Amino acid sequence: MNDLTSAAVPPVGPEDHVRGEGEGPIVYADLGCPHCAAAWAELVAGEEAIVFRHFPVASKHPRSPALHAAAEAAGMQGHFFEMVDSLYGDRGRVDDPHLWERAERLGLDLERFERDRRAPETAARVRRDFESGIRAGVASTPAIFRSGRLSRP
Amino acid sequence: MIATGEAAPDFTLRDQDGEKVSLSDLRGEKVLLVFYPLDFSPVCSDQLSIYQEVKPEIEAKGVRMVGISVDSGFAHKAFQEKLGIDTQLLADFEPKGEVARAYGAYIEKTGHANRSLVLIDEGGKVEWVHESPTPLEIPGANLIFDALAA
Repeated sequence: MNDLTSAAVPPVGPEDHVRGEGEGPIVYADLGCPHCAAAWAELVAGEEAIVFRHFPVASKHPRSPALHAAAEAAGMQGHFFEMVDSLYGDRGRVDDPHLWERAERLGLDLERFERDRRAPETAARVRRDFESGIRAGVASTPAIFRSGRLSRP
Repeated sequence: MIATGEAAPDFTLRDQDGEKVSLSDLRGEKVLLVFYPLDFSPVCSDQLSIYQEVKPEIEAKGVRMVGISVDSGFAHKAFQEKLGIDTQLLADFEPKGEVARAYGAYIEKTGHANRSLVLIDEGGKVEWVHESPTPLEIPGANLIFDALAA
């Protein structure tokens, strides 16, 4: 059982998904969350760099775990943020066939995508982000940290 | 708000399925009372959804988590289904807010409980309390784990 007691938001590390270059906020986001989709569009337009961390809330958005796993699997083929943009850009199409269509459009190796998104290591990678968010006090999404402090979108 | 070390006031309330739940029947296990303002409000939805995500970890520490608000059992059932959660929800419905008042968690002006957490030990004593500064502020689940680790 992992420790879920309070801890500062972890600094940006080599495992993180970083879009752009330079200083930017760390965002804990749920790929099934409409508020996150709206905030994401604003962040992409306004920030030089963004660090994306997984925070799927499965009870609220039952497809979220699958969407986060799909983004991770796309990331293994170098297309993490393209998948995130695709999922936030078209939130009504999130079933498996839609994920395959998205993967094809991004030019991914479909067999590998399927294997990777269902791998336990992928779920564990998503959960690591989620737990770091819980420890940092994330209580709703999106949660945006600037200089280690939680701010509002 | 009730203080650490005090005896937790006993109560009997019905849950989302109409079943009676008495605090005294839960002696022998730790109980986390999650007082929240109202079913279906956006902030309460976020709080209970996120707590649901770490419910297995809370239960693994021998803690039974129950939600309490002034809503009826029927509203609780619908709220539970909407959120996709299985946390037991108790109806502090009639007399309205009686249990929240007994724990000092009731806000008279707004007619519902403040967002408050009360951890009760196996013997029925209050072990830890957290009261949010305002009902709009959700206590992170990390605070629950901090209390359990203390």
